[in-house]
Amino acid sequence: MGIIDVKNLHKVYSDTKIPVKAVNGINLSFQEGEFTSIVGPSGSGKTTFLNMIGGLDTPTDGEIIIDGKNISQLNSRQLIDYRLNHIGFVFQSYNLIPVLTAIENVAFILQLQGKSKKERNKRAKELIDAVGIGEKLHNRPGDLSGGQQQRVSVARALASKPQFILADEPTANLDSKSTNDLLDIMLKMNKESNITFIFSTHDQRVMDKARRIITIDDGVVVKDERIDD
Amino acid sequence: MIWSISWRNVWRNKIRSLAIILAVTIGLFGGIFTYAFMIGMSVQRTNAAIEYEVSNIQIHNPKFFLNEEINYTIDNPNKLITVIEKTPGVKAACKRIKCPGMASTSVTGTGIVINGINPEKEKLVSKLYTKLIAGKYFEKGDKIPVVVGQKLAKKLKAKVGSKIVITVANVKGVITYGAYIVIGIYKTGNDIFDEANIFVESKGFSKLIGFDKSKTSEIAIILNNNDDTKKVTDALQVNFINEINKGKITIQTWEQMQPALNAMTSMMDIMSYIFLIIILIALAFGIVNTMLMIVMERVRELGMLMAIGMNHKKIFSMIMLETIFLSIIGGVFGIVISIFIVNYFNIHGLNLAVVGEGFNSMGYSSIVYLQADNLFYIEAAILVIITAIISSIYPALKALKLKPADAVREDA
Ligand SMILES: Nc1ncnc2c1ncn2[C@@H]1O[C@H](COP(=O)(O)OP(=O)(O)OP(=O)(O)O)[C@@H](O)[C@H]1O
Ligand SMILES: [Mg+2]
Repeated sequence: MGIIDVKNLHKVYSDTKIPVKAVNGINLSFQEGEFTSIVGPSGSGKTTFLNMIGGLDTPTDGEIIIDGKNISQLNSRQLIDYRLNHIGFVFQSYNLIPVLTAIENVAFILQLQGKSKKERNKRAKELIDAVGIGEKLHNRPGDLSGGQQQRVSVARALASKPQFILADEPTANLDSKSTNDLLDIMLKMNKESNITFIFSTHDQRVMDKARRIITIDDGVVVKDERIDD
Repeated sequence: MIWSISWRNVWRNKIRSLAIILAVTIGLFGGIFTYAFMIGMSVQRTNAAIEYEVSNIQIHNPKFFLNEEINYTIDNPNKLITVIEKTPGVKAACKRIKCPGMASTSVTGTGIVINGINPEKEKLVSKLYTKLIAGKYFEKGDKIPVVVGQKLAKKLKAKVGSKIVITVANVKGVITYGAYIVIGIYKTGNDIFDEANIFVESKGFSKLIGFDKSKTSEIAIILNNNDDTKKVTDALQVNFINEINKGKITIQTWEQMQPALNAMTSMMDIMSYIFLIIILIALAFGIVNTMLMIVMERVRELGMLMAIGMNHKKIFSMIMLETIFLSIIGGVFGIVISIFIVNYFNIHGLNLAVVGEGFNSMGYSSIVYLQADNLFYIEAAILVIITAIISSIYPALKALKLKPADAVREDA
């Protein structure tokens, strides 16, 4: 048993003219400390799959067991709480809060968790330093480059001390230099702090850094390979 | 931090926020100004009625009102006045001979009410003598003097020095004539009063109509403070219980004599609330619209906030707070501007002479001194903020309906 166990997962979108079977029977298990890339052609179901294990979307059928708890049975309110305390998110288009500074964006998560002001500021500053933009603490997202914004996103995702971090195409909007820098930071966190990362990508260079590559096509897993050093 | 996010969100789209703030400001100002105008107008009308026309309290023979008949009189008025003037709260009292008649000049004639007064005593009760716009008030040695309203003077084409013939039925019912010389023309601002009432000395007038000098038609009482009207009236009712029970006199407050004054005041009060409510409804539509626009614009951001774990309660509060901030800013501006403008026109008066020709003919002064209770400012501000809160409920609920998965989808 891993930290995430996915059993017979299905998702059918039936609000369309013809129902779309986006995820069609996935069985997977993720272990703590993995650095996993989900790959596959466009429309293969990567985002749908990540959204379900992230508790953003509910499966049509099947189970997602995280830390022994079946999250597919939680209602939307319980899911919000669950996401806050157990999962970190990094989005393709960064999705920072535009009116908050870098450090405030990170501290905001901690505030949602009810942490004290002192603790919030200390941890937020540490994380911003850790992602290497300590000199941009008080800049708002609009004043940061894409790469810098995505680093703030990673810091924010880490802030709540989640069990794992989900990132749907985190580098799709970044140039190759920023992509490399971001992956190095993620890898460093993974190696040094044993943070579990699951991310989807189309980018070969990103896949090359992964320790496990899961290939999805037409809503099913077609390949699941582990790369050993 | 939710407070500070909401506060900063207010300033994301400055023009739009300023538009809402301005709408709240103008709405609130409009409501308060209308109220202050209406209250100012009716308070002024009431004060004028008390100062120049009916005083605070009047005493008559109960039958006097049937026909303002010259023979329905009060016995021993001097005795009554002695008691009245000793009653606490009373400033002065005077008696008047009052009867209907006709005034005519070579040009035309018209129906009037003749007030036979003792000019010096009258001055203590009525401030009419301060309202002369031509000529002068009664002085010793005047021969057959009469003071008339401007409206009547115009109608009769009379000036100071003109001769007016008054036709009146004497105590025996025989038509009698008297010639008078206009010595003064007054203008109270109430055309209806000014057109009807003329003032002559009671000494000469009682001779003309054969009126018994030991009687009178009317006793007018002015108080130090209008708020005491009821108290003093009650005290007088007790003092004159015998006369009242015998049907010899009746005591009435200005409200009883001119019920329309109070009705008008409460109607204006209600009307200004209705006006305020109309403004608030318009405001509510504006706010709902704008907040919906804001929610639609921030679908992705709101979805992201839910995705990372911001719960419904906090999202709801965040959106509500944004509206509350907007309305409080608008509210503060609205109140400050209103206080400033209302106070200015409270001192200097708002002169409507240019646009408000008809005001005098309805009995209202054409210079309105605005007036508003502090309570109304607070009420209006609270209503505006409540409106803002109510109108942001729907957009905020709309935000909660967003599905985070749909909202953060890149292709959405
Ligand atoms: N909300 C939705 N309603 C209906 N169909 C949907 C919805 N979301 C996704 N789909 C469909 O489900 C399938 C899987 O989509 P998904 O976004 O998971 O693919 P993906 O692998 O992430 O693609 P990409 O690489 O382009 O991001 C697609 O056919 C897509 O059109
Ligand atoms: Mg996708």
